[in-house]
Amino acid sequence: MSEHHHDHDHDHEHDDRPGPHGAPLSDVQLRVRALESLLVDKGLVDPKALDTLIDTYQTKVGPRNGARVVAKAWLDPAFKQRLLADSTAAIAELGYIGRQGEDMVVLENTPKVHNVVVCTLCSCYPWPVLGLPPVWYKSGPYRARTVIDPRGVLHEFGVDLAEDVEVRVWDSTAELRYLVLPERPAGTEGLSEEQLAELVTRDSMIGVARVNPPRR
Amino acid sequence: MNGIHDLGGMHGFGPVDPEPNEPVFHHEWEGRAFALNLATGFLGRWNIDMGRYAREHMPPAEYLATTYYEHWLYGLERLLVEKGLVTANELATMRQNGRAQGLKAIAVEDVPMMLRNRRAARMGDRLAPPRFKAGDRVRTKNLHPTGHTRLPRYARDKIGVVDRDHGVFILPDEHAKSGTKVPAHCYAVRFEGRELWGPHAGPRDAVYVDCFEPYLEPAS
Repeated sequence: MSEHHHDHDHDHEHDDRPGPHGAPLSDVQLRVRALESLLVDKGLVDPKALDTLIDTYQTKVGPRNGARVVAKAWLDPAFKQRLLADSTAAIAELGYIGRQGEDMVVLENTPKVHNVVVCTLCSCYPWPVLGLPPVWYKSGPYRARTVIDPRGVLHEFGVDLAEDVEVRVWDSTAELRYLVLPERPAGTEGLSEEQLAELVTRDSMIGVARVNPPRR
Repeated sequence: MNGIHDLGGMHGFGPVDPEPNEPVFHHEWEGRAFALNLATGFLGRWNIDMGRYAREHMPPAEYLATTYYEHWLYGLERLLVEKGLVTANELATMRQNGRAQGLKAIAVEDVPMMLRNRRAARMGDRLAPPRFKAGDRVRTKNLHPTGHTRLPRYARDKIGVVDRDHGVFILPDEHAKSGTKVPAHCYAVRFEGRELWGPHAGPRDAVYVDCFEPYLEPAS
């Protein structure tokens, strides 16, 4: 998948160079701490509110929400119809609303059309259904290349599309937030909504992966 | 502005490098920097477009040599001073010269409401009649403003077809400049890969860009 190698076992806290997976520079850490103290001293920020914000996106809001939307759409044709017609309202039926998901658009992948989402200008991403974006989504390679070489990027993710499949890249340049409805894999007949949701990955809802059938 | 943030179509970045089982934050400070941005944003002294524009000012070499939450930290420090929440001297010394007047920190019990009730960028559809409709051929203008814009460089002066009208939204360009909410229709415009990238683009590749109406003119 990657030409250069990273040792994911090492302790990032002790790496002293900025890397693609986070900048472990201690002076950045000190600067953020000093800034937080300053803002608390000035009465502009309550540290407990910061804890709650962090906890919300670390433990409560994430791609399992989106997976539930996808699984329900696979099982319930009426919901799927509502989801494609008014994505924001249909997603809100499951309680997923709010910041960075105020105006949702769901894109359906089919055997003939493959949708993939990017934000070339910053990092726009549908928080209520996917949580905060991974580093690769916000990185130079993904933002630079997805619009000019979508099939090359998809190949790196292990998705090879036939020539007659149309690729649609969606650049999130405004306040619409896009969620891909991946194809339901074969061999999933009879699975419950919960079992289907287990199969749905974050990457499949960005459009850089397919959903794999369950392992036997 | 023609900033380094506008990366679409650049070469030389190498492969995409996904990290298996990636944590939401790689370091404690990333979470704090993220939360500080949201908590101060809730004070209402700037909007999301001002926030993006502040980050776009990071010098290009620095932008490429730093990580995502360092961009957020840069933008936050810039806004705090620009909008008068913190003085330049306070930021330099990291010591306060007086408590903030007329502003109250967001309390922990207000956080869920702030995350749910953020004023959306969508405005009433009746505020502006649409100039275009699905199926119309449009050309993006050849614009290079020094202010904030959401029309990426690769999609300027290109011909596309309106896929759908998303409705009326706040125009980011003016919103970043003055805070004024100018209503503008926002359209998903489909550009064929070959229109954007020339003959080497895949014949069945297309890029959809959300374009505000002032970015567009009719194409014959």
